[in-house]
Amino acid sequence: MSSADFVLYEEEFKHLEEALRRLRQEANAKAVFLIDKNGQQIASAGEVEQFDTTSLASLTAGNVAATDGLAKLIGEREFSVLFHEGQQDHIHISIVAKRAILVVIFDDRSSLGLVRLRVKRASVDLEKIFEVMAQKGERGGGPGGPASPFSEITDDDIDALFGE
Amino acid sequence: MTFINYASKEINCKIVYYGPGLCGKTTNLQYIYNKTAPESKGKMISLATEADRTLFFDFLPLDLGSIRGFTTRFHLYTVPGQVFYDASRKLILKGVDGVIFVADSQEERMEANIESIRNLEANLKEHGFDLSTIPYALQFNKRDLGNVVPVEEMYRMLNYKREPTFEAVATTGVGVFDTLKSVAKQILIELKKR
Repeated sequence: MSSADFVLYEEEFKHLEEALRRLRQEANAKAVFLIDKNGQQIASAGEVEQFDTTSLASLTAGNVAATDGLAKLIGEREFSVLFHEGQQDHIHISIVAKRAILVVIFDDRSSLGLVRLRVKRASVDLEKIFEVMAQKGERGGGPGGPASPFSEITDDDIDALFGE
Repeated sequence: MTFINYASKEINCKIVYYGPGLCGKTTNLQYIYNKTAPESKGKMISLATEADRTLFFDFLPLDLGSIRGFTTRFHLYTVPGQVFYDASRKLILKGVDGVIFVADSQEERMEANIESIRNLEANLKEHGFDLSTIPYALQFNKRDLGNVVPVEEMYRMLNYKREPTFEAVATTGVGVFDTLKSVAKQILIELKKR
């Protein structure tokens, strides 16, 4: 198993949410999601209640993974931006910090040009936050940071989870 | 690759069901979905052909309960088993935390089982994983059929590293949850060690 677990601390989570809220506002978007490339939702902002966010995260990651495969087939490193145009709602998908996917769902209250512009700016902020997360992850949360939830887990705790 | 979210107190892990075409990977997930309480599962997604063969993946998110205040969530995926979908199988294995190999117990499918395990080993290696160390369980499915290979022989031919092995009939649920629990437990124990 890869030892590069993805760890999200509260402080960085708040910063990510802030950045997504700002993006949603500035892009006039319906909802904004940040998703891990493995298909798990990291953070979101906006009118998210109407979406099955778990499915959205998984399908988006699959979409990006398949598109990455296509890119390599034709000799490209990646397609960093995907855009799906619907009748009413549209989806703008971009890669952030090489490991996350930024999804912006917008309708006619916004425009592709505005979304692209705001996403570009937001990506810079998000990349800085991911850099801090990576450094924290290497230091194990840093001094005073929370210990791994696994440090205190016993074999009995695991057995209890499975009703043994 | 496990995702630990301190903000929402969640541990998210990914389990992939692997195996040759029509071995019962999707059937395993369908059984799990049907038998799991609504509050513990999300929507099951199946990206399939018109003939109900898995085209890209099946996906089922499951909550297995809390451990030290953290909700443990497992994301179950199946890969498409048909040989020509290898490019897609590679993609689905990305970030995997544990693997369940579903073997088809029918005599005429043994070669396909062996080829699929070799394929799994190679695809894991491409992602930097090692089948000899990753949490892993082997399921001998379709034990209810008439032309099945004896379990001892299947074990001899397919066992990789003395991993936990389960007899199963995925259509009726026999062995399905036991296999899943085995890998989920291995993943948590592995995380505890780190």
